[in-house]
Amino acid sequence: MKAPDTDHLLSLSIPQLLRWRVEASGNKTALREKDFGRWISYSWDQYYEYTRKTGLGLQQIGFGKEDKIAIISDNIPEVLYVAIGAQALGGISAGIYQTTLPDEIGQILDSLDVSVVFCNDQEQVDKVIEVRDKIPNVKKVIYEDSRGMRGYQSDDWFMFIEDLYELGDKIHQQNPDLFEKLIDETRPDDVCHLCLTSGTTGLPKGAMLTHKNYINMGLQLTEADPLDPTDEYVSFLPFAWIGEQMNSFGVAMATGIAVNFPESVETAMSDLKEIGPHFMFGAPRIYETIRSQIWLKIDESYWLNKLCYNYFMKIGEQAARYRMTGEKMPRGLRLKAWIGKQMMFRPLINQIGFLRLRRAYTGGAALGPELFTFYQAIGVNLKQIYGQTEIVGIAYMHRDGDVRPDTVGKPLPRTECKISDKGEILSRSDSVTPGYYKQPEKTAELLEGGWLHSGDAGYIDENGHLVVIDRVSDVMHNNRGEMFSPMFIENRLKFSPYIKEAVVFGDQRDYVAALINVDPIVVGKWAEDRGISFSTFMDLSAKPEVADLIYDEIVKINRNAEKDHFKIHRFAILYKLLDVDDGELTKTGKIRRKFVREKYHDLYEALYDEDISEKQVEAFYQYQDGQTTTVQTKIRFYTMEEN
Amino acid sequence: MANLSIADVTLTFGGLHALSSVQMEIQEGMITSVIGPNGAGKTSLLNCISGFYHPTKGEIHYDDHRLTKASPHRVSSIGIARAFQNLELFRGLSVLDNLMLARHQKLRYSLLNAFIFWGKASKVEAENREHVEEVIDFMELEPYRKQVVGNLSYGVQKRVEVARALTLAPQLILLDEPMAGMNIEEKEDIVRFIMDIKNEWDITVVLVEHDLGVVMDISDQIYVLDFGEVIGSGGPTEVASNAKVIEAYIGEE
Repeated sequence: MKAPDTDHLLSLSIPQLLRWRVEASGNKTALREKDFGRWISYSWDQYYEYTRKTGLGLQQIGFGKEDKIAIISDNIPEVLYVAIGAQALGGISAGIYQTTLPDEIGQILDSLDVSVVFCNDQEQVDKVIEVRDKIPNVKKVIYEDSRGMRGYQSDDWFMFIEDLYELGDKIHQQNPDLFEKLIDETRPDDVCHLCLTSGTTGLPKGAMLTHKNYINMGLQLTEADPLDPTDEYVSFLPFAWIGEQMNSFGVAMATGIAVNFPESVETAMSDLKEIGPHFMFGAPRIYETIRSQIWLKIDESYWLNKLCYNYFMKIGEQAARYRMTGEKMPRGLRLKAWIGKQMMFRPLINQIGFLRLRRAYTGGAALGPELFTFYQAIGVNLKQIYGQTEIVGIAYMHRDGDVRPDTVGKPLPRTECKISDKGEILSRSDSVTPGYYKQPEKTAELLEGGWLHSGDAGYIDENGHLVVIDRVSDVMHNNRGEMFSPMFIENRLKFSPYIKEAVVFGDQRDYVAALINVDPIVVGKWAEDRGISFSTFMDLSAKPEVADLIYDEIVKINRNAEKDHFKIHRFAILYKLLDVDDGELTKTGKIRRKFVREKYHDLYEALYDEDISEKQVEAFYQYQDGQTTTVQTKIRFYTMEEN
Repeated sequence: MANLSIADVTLTFGGLHALSSVQMEIQEGMITSVIGPNGAGKTSLLNCISGFYHPTKGEIHYDDHRLTKASPHRVSSIGIARAFQNLELFRGLSVLDNLMLARHQKLRYSLLNAFIFWGKASKVEAENREHVEEVIDFMELEPYRKQVVGNLSYGVQKRVEVARALTLAPQLILLDEPMAGMNIEEKEDIVRFIMDIKNEWDITVVLVEHDLGVVMDISDQIYVLDFGEVIGSGGPTEVASNAKVIEAYIGEE
């Protein structure tokens, strides 16, 4: 097998790279699909052959350079044949989520000028039919599963994929060099895929991505975390998401690992167990779900198992701390951790199919720090990545032995990172998109000054790790112009079991201050255990002992604050729980900061007047039946000692 | 045209007439529904067709086969399969085992072959499994393949019951209230499966069902039974406007 040479691979388009893989190891398994209960393998040779059939077939139905093909499908090998087949003609593929509703599908197809649609089954085809009169540009709808399609056969708007293959085969026999020539004409800098990014307003935008964007991402990721061509990957994320394409177009092509397609969406997790992947990427929720399953199973297990689990979990967590920071483990701990691994954790992770997993990544949202420790403790090398569609998913990543749960790691090789004056994270690499399809203004904003603008605020910490704080639009600045994210600090506060809700202030002020809701259940229990009597939530919140408890919690949080100006300087405990019905929270449970500040204006002012330590307030309640009542109460303000 | 003809069938238990002079023609490649209030004799009729009961009077023919006195296993071997109202599955076995077992009738190898599981036995079992997998794919049972039937939800068990009948590769399938006790979503699923059984696999469907809406939507031909007698028949619109049927279902105005 030829040794991959990064620069050579970067000079290829995706179809050219597919051809290169065939030359390098044509017999090796490239794809595997579970069908009728069996895993069916396809070699690189077959992968190429199917791509050729599809590509030439598409050409026959009038698809050509810069035409767009939309893919609305579960993950099946045909998705790749269709996408890469279209790309070989100089065409552009685009993924649409299978859950998208007909009207939106119509709008997307229209705005992206799609001329051919590929659907995997009748369900998706029916959605396209519903908006047929709104998409005059669509010439053909190709389907993979003929079930339920009998009634459509007379209409030549539809085409069965086998018929497309046949068309392609016929042309190939007549002109065996045609496909090769078409592939030769593709260029790495051509746009090959439009990836939808969720816009907060209106329709999603289509980020144009080039062959080089994908291949570069795959190469740089595996430069830092190498993979062997014999490694396995299970494709279970929606194809329309960059998180799937970056693996099947980028990583698999760049490294030659095999892509495995589950039998159905519902069986993905048990199919994953059968494959035992070496490489995996998922949103935090997947890792949370798997951990809950482990907890549940252990809880149902018999006492000896539970005993061993609890003991070795503690050992594992200690060892994980050393492993994550790359420090040398004391010999005794190393021995115990080894026994735990052999006796407990290897069999355990084998049950979920993680035994061979060397590279596990989480991205898309923040993952609780305790989850990193958990996975590292059971021997799964889970790491955080950070990126966005416009830079092919991954641009920052933890390195082995340097996993810090509160950061997103360091830039990939050949990726530059800069923090703008406004505190926005900017990146530059070969994976950055040339822009949004047909949206020059949005593109200019995105790529201003030659850097990719993430819209996220962040900073680089003393270890060179990037820390993402919040969306730029949500951050605040104190009166010295230093940036902080109220949500970031509130989340830190809420990590404490005693704090249910917190509202952080400090925009254009001297320091950060917080209004705090104690957790009625946890703090109530805490008070009972200590013989502190209380009547109502208001009473509990006003107890000096509770204030001391919260004070100590904030001391701990302040001690771990990344920057001095993140530290909470003053706080008060609010006498009522923030509530949706009172307009203090949104329906999704987010704080309506402005409203809260207006409503509790007196308290807000008092938080910033260090002379006030106590204030008489009138609490106003409205009951469900509309009656109102006013209660007099005293609220105290606490200033943190510098430490 | 192959069809199932029920001619003048009467079934009595002592003095009780479960069926009296029932006359039906079930056409190949259609969905024929039998509806009627509780105790109308719907299940008795299915029992007569599938050989569990033998009619006191009258004849049942399927193609050239006379089913009037046939045993259940003979009825199933000539291509008539039945999914039961009260699930007749092995609750302690997995979905896959239940379906494999349902095919035992089609297995043709000797006991000795089975012991050494080599040659013919393993080949036949592999073919069997292939067939069963097609049914699993068709009925979308992949997530449950290895799960024990008793642990599955009722809706899924019903689907397994239909799948069990399908593994026999029948030409005609008798479905006895496949939608009973299901929620709307599960019903919609089953309806789609029934349509596909007819359209994709060209299997004639005889459906006994309570849910009138469903029956009206998908049937080509409907027979209405009341107190063991056919009180109306025809296409959905015809039946819906039949005065006797309205009376039996809604009561007198």
